[in-house]
Amino acid sequence: MSAIAEPVVKPTSRFHFIFDRRAVLETVLIAPAIIYVLLLVGLPLLLAIYYSLSAYTIYDPTWKFVGLANFKQILQNPTFLDTLRNTFVFTFGSQLLGLVLGKFGAFLLLQPFPGRKIVRALIILPFAVPVALATIAWQWMFDSLYSVINWTMIAAGILTREEAPNWLGNPYLAMLCIIIINAWRFFPFAIVIFLAGITAVPQDVIDAATVDGAGFWRRNYQIILPMILPIMAIGLIFGIVFTFTDLSIVFLLTMGGPGGATSVLGFAGFQTGIVSGDVAHGAAISLFMLPVLLVVVIFMLRFIRRREI
Amino acid sequence: MAAVLTRDIVKKFNEVAAVDGISLRVPDGEFMVLLGPSGCGKTTFLRIICGLEQQTSGDLLIGGNIVNEIPPRARGVAMMFQSYGLYPHYTVRNNIAFPLRTQRVPREEIAKKVEWASQLLGIDHLLDRRPRQLSGGERQRVALARALVREPTALLLDEPLSNLDAKLRTSARQEIRNFQQRVGLTTIYVTHDQVEAMGMGDRIAVIDHGRVRQVGTPPEIYENPADLFVATFVGAPPMNIVSRNGGGYLGFRPENFLPRDMIEDGGATEFSFRVDRSEYLGSERIVYGVMEGFDSKQPITAKLPPAHVAEDSIRPGEWHPFAVKNSALRHFDTSGNRTTSH
Repeated sequence: MSAIAEPVVKPTSRFHFIFDRRAVLETVLIAPAIIYVLLLVGLPLLLAIYYSLSAYTIYDPTWKFVGLANFKQILQNPTFLDTLRNTFVFTFGSQLLGLVLGKFGAFLLLQPFPGRKIVRALIILPFAVPVALATIAWQWMFDSLYSVINWTMIAAGILTREEAPNWLGNPYLAMLCIIIINAWRFFPFAIVIFLAGITAVPQDVIDAATVDGAGFWRRNYQIILPMILPIMAIGLIFGIVFTFTDLSIVFLLTMGGPGGATSVLGFAGFQTGIVSGDVAHGAAISLFMLPVLLVVVIFMLRFIRRREI
Repeated sequence: MAAVLTRDIVKKFNEVAAVDGISLRVPDGEFMVLLGPSGCGKTTFLRIICGLEQQTSGDLLIGGNIVNEIPPRARGVAMMFQSYGLYPHYTVRNNIAFPLRTQRVPREEIAKKVEWASQLLGIDHLLDRRPRQLSGGERQRVALARALVREPTALLLDEPLSNLDAKLRTSARQEIRNFQQRVGLTTIYVTHDQVEAMGMGDRIAVIDHGRVRQVGTPPEIYENPADLFVATFVGAPPMNIVSRNGGGYLGFRPENFLPRDMIEDGGATEFSFRVDRSEYLGSERIVYGVMEGFDSKQPITAKLPPAHVAEDSIRPGEWHPFAVKNSALRHFDTSGNRTTSH
């Protein structure tokens, strides 16, 4: 006779441990994300591609297939080519300015000073304020009559009233304005990215560079910057993608004006497709973003993989 | 190459003194080890020498010149860090070349010197790899090559072996020592490992709470510790310390605390020793116990030589006659400093 008790066999359902199976759990957890992307990104994209190849307008909702005719017409329109150029100027101009401001900001915030924590929290504000509110505030800064910037410069004796620039009335200044606003919105994000990158650089590496004879500039541009380049590139991808597709600042501040000088792809697509009701041409304009963004993303991801350290 | 001299260096962080008045003279070509427990200020002191920290007060002289106000890049000292601090985005070649590039050395000369340093350390086949593709030992050599390539006035090493496994550490210890002797470079080596300190140093400076407790050759430190801290910090197991009847303390090393019959001549002091526990370590046996009539905070240890390694000669739970040669007894006063008479 055995002295050891027999184990009690409990009847278990065959589904009792189903979530312990990795394959099942993976499928269940990933499915919502995939369904979401397919329904809310994939489907509209396919729809847009179809619209761009059709003659669909809200007045004549036909599904008639017209091939690449819409694209041909758009490319022959000189206004569109200006819009395309504006989009690039706006995107890369504001990213460049945002990165420079972000790097300065990050270095300032790395220095210990009283109230640093509060400043770190406040610096996120431009990023957190709704773009509509922020843009209205900026509109007042750039207003042709009540511009705060002009008033300050006149009061300081730098300009006379006659010389005061009409910020939103001059094509070049208007572009500068939307670049400044977008850079202002983007730079807190750049600061966060830079701070994360710089604090992740091991102190030993920076100390080694100091002892090896590197001064401030060499440490920054030969050691720290190359080491944080991958994380910077991720930030830049985000910045470029969001700016390239953005229409809110243009819509709220300039309405593409003066004379189309600040019209960007998103805005032009919206105007043509939604406001004017020419869905087919609007979709075709918007689709011009696709190859550009694809190239940017592929280039950046390849770059990151190459620089991986 | 140059001598390094410090005069009463103090470094305070928020009124707390990490370095509390260290005066140390490291002659040209000497291998000086700074030995102390974690947080004793030895690394801070090293960082002051290379200029990464500015001392609160005191003078630092390298090669006879006061360098208090001179930035790190102009001091000419090289430092090797605990985690090596290699530049991950550079190849080994560019890592080694970096200190030369900062000095604006001509390109051909950089190539020549990188060649020289990498051959010296046997890493010339790794020049085109990046640090992440190297093993721990190889990284350590690259860091050493980078430190040496510009022929520094002094070489500072901050626990350079702590990231290596035990086996590699033994050989790396030899290599660094051989290498230093060949080049004749003034070297200051920080460690908390007394084996490294004893095995490598020309002299050792034992540091505790930001102060130098004793400076001396390894035998001086081991045989004649200046105070109770040095006595119990150096040596494994540490020196036995017991309170003396007339006040003060008596110290003796475990290997000098032997069964009575192993000590031939008369000049010895006898103790009655009860063994509580024993550890067999192959080449020796360490026994722990208490001594009749003496107070001690720690158990008394005795290191028995091979002749007594056999279990049956010293049985736990029994009292045994033990003795220490009088010449091996060390006396300390009530404040813990060694009194001159042995």
